[in-house]
Amino acid sequence: MIRLHNYTLSGSCYKVRLLLGFLEIQHELVAVDFFPGQEHKSVEFSAINPLQQIPVLDDGNLRLRDAQAILAYLARRYDTGRTWLPDDPARFGQVMMWLGFAGTELMAASAARLHDAFGFDLDIDRARSDAHAAFAVLDDHLAERQILGQTWLVGDTPTIADVACFPYVALSGDGGIGQEHYPNLRIWQKAFRRLPRFDAVSGVPEFV
Amino acid sequence: MTITSDSVALNQWFPVAYDGQVKPGASRDTILLGEPLTLRADASGDLTVQTQTGDTLPTIRAFTLVFTTLGDNPRPMPVIQEFDEPDRRVVNCGSVGVQTSPCRIVENFLDMAHFCFVHTDILGAVDETEVLSYKTRLHEDVDEIWATDCKFFQPAASQSARDASAGQLTDYIYRITSPFSVMLYKTAMGYADRLDAICLFIQPKTETDCIAYMPMALLDDVSSTTSMIDFQQTIFLQDRIILENQRPRLLPISPRSEMPTRADLSSVAYRRWLKDKGLRFGLLLEDAA
Repeated sequence: MIRLHNYTLSGSCYKVRLLLGFLEIQHELVAVDFFPGQEHKSVEFSAINPLQQIPVLDDGNLRLRDAQAILAYLARRYDTGRTWLPDDPARFGQVMMWLGFAGTELMAASAARLHDAFGFDLDIDRARSDAHAAFAVLDDHLAERQILGQTWLVGDTPTIADVACFPYVALSGDGGIGQEHYPNLRIWQKAFRRLPRFDAVSGVPEFV
Repeated sequence: MTITSDSVALNQWFPVAYDGQVKPGASRDTILLGEPLTLRADASGDLTVQTQTGDTLPTIRAFTLVFTTLGDNPRPMPVIQEFDEPDRRVVNCGSVGVQTSPCRIVENFLDMAHFCFVHTDILGAVDETEVLSYKTRLHEDVDEIWATDCKFFQPAASQSARDASAGQLTDYIYRITSPFSVMLYKTAMGYADRLDAICLFIQPKTETDCIAYMPMALLDDVSSTTSMIDFQQTIFLQDRIILENQRPRLLPISPRSEMPTRADLSSVAYRRWLKDKGLRFGLLLEDAA
């Protein structure tokens, strides 16, 4: 059985849970007391992931860290339709490009949320302005896609690029980041919410 | 930022940290009622709370939290005996920042009508929305408002109930233990005559920027501590998004500003009690435009 080392309110764990749900993969959640316990910084958890980060996925003898790597593995291994991580080289490359974006630039929105909701000590003005810059890039891309009659970040079906980018966009309100200026982001989130087996987490607005 | 001049607000005990938040030898800056404070932990983790002018404030350690006060004659701390019962699991859920009035946070905690819509499939179900009649009473000896005889159908009333059944009619008792703190007692899974105790203590940094702390004293031999924290945080972050979107952020106190229903009995009692105390902090006193 697949085991996900998980904290419910983590956006990075949420994206993995979303894909496990979309692909209907049986799994077990191992609860990590990220807050307030900071269990991810414990000696025991450091043996699981020396980077002291969640999520971590165990599948048999394979252990993976990094949400984006986990999404790519699950799609390649379990998506028999091969739509969530396309084989076509150009689309594959584009998906990987947005996975990189989700793991770096977009994490500024995560930082703002950790500051506002959980009291993490960090530069909140910087986090919010970096998040807005990332949102503008994503919104512009989605505008171009919508002109072409497309809904998703890459190709004509949802991919792990959408899954990787959704959580910290949807949870941005938790970090005091408004979405008034990103109409295309809002259209995309609405479409994402309508995917079969979509599941919300606390802080994802019911109406976007 | 300046400290409030509201003597009712000043004369309260407020949490400023949860146990273990400031590591031994470390310090942390925070704000209480507009007053910047520095918390310093000694080698054993005990906290000293100081103002910017170097005054050391009194502290009380209780309910997994550290409390302090800026007043000369603070309202006594509430007595919550459940935290002293040896067979209880005392759980510290950390703290969560919420940008709204402390009084809105208290009022949301008292409200049963939102269970079905905000905590769908957990604390309420969309086909069981009725708030049955309940009673409120001012206990003058301790100056607390209690709401009793509360009942609500809940698909998953707690972590242990979620694991055990498909739903239950949960009994609730609410206690407003100060203008800025509230708690509830609710049916504990597997106990006929004892109740779980869940508290909400609020640290108002300003009138519209708060830190909420949620210590619990539960009867549960089954669930892991991590899963109990997870359950409570999931609930509170569902509330948080609603609370931060309520306007005005200050709680309107004029009876003409909103139309309460029967389900709002405890909220009406709370607002009237705040008004009788002469509290201004966190409240919108004039009629809403």
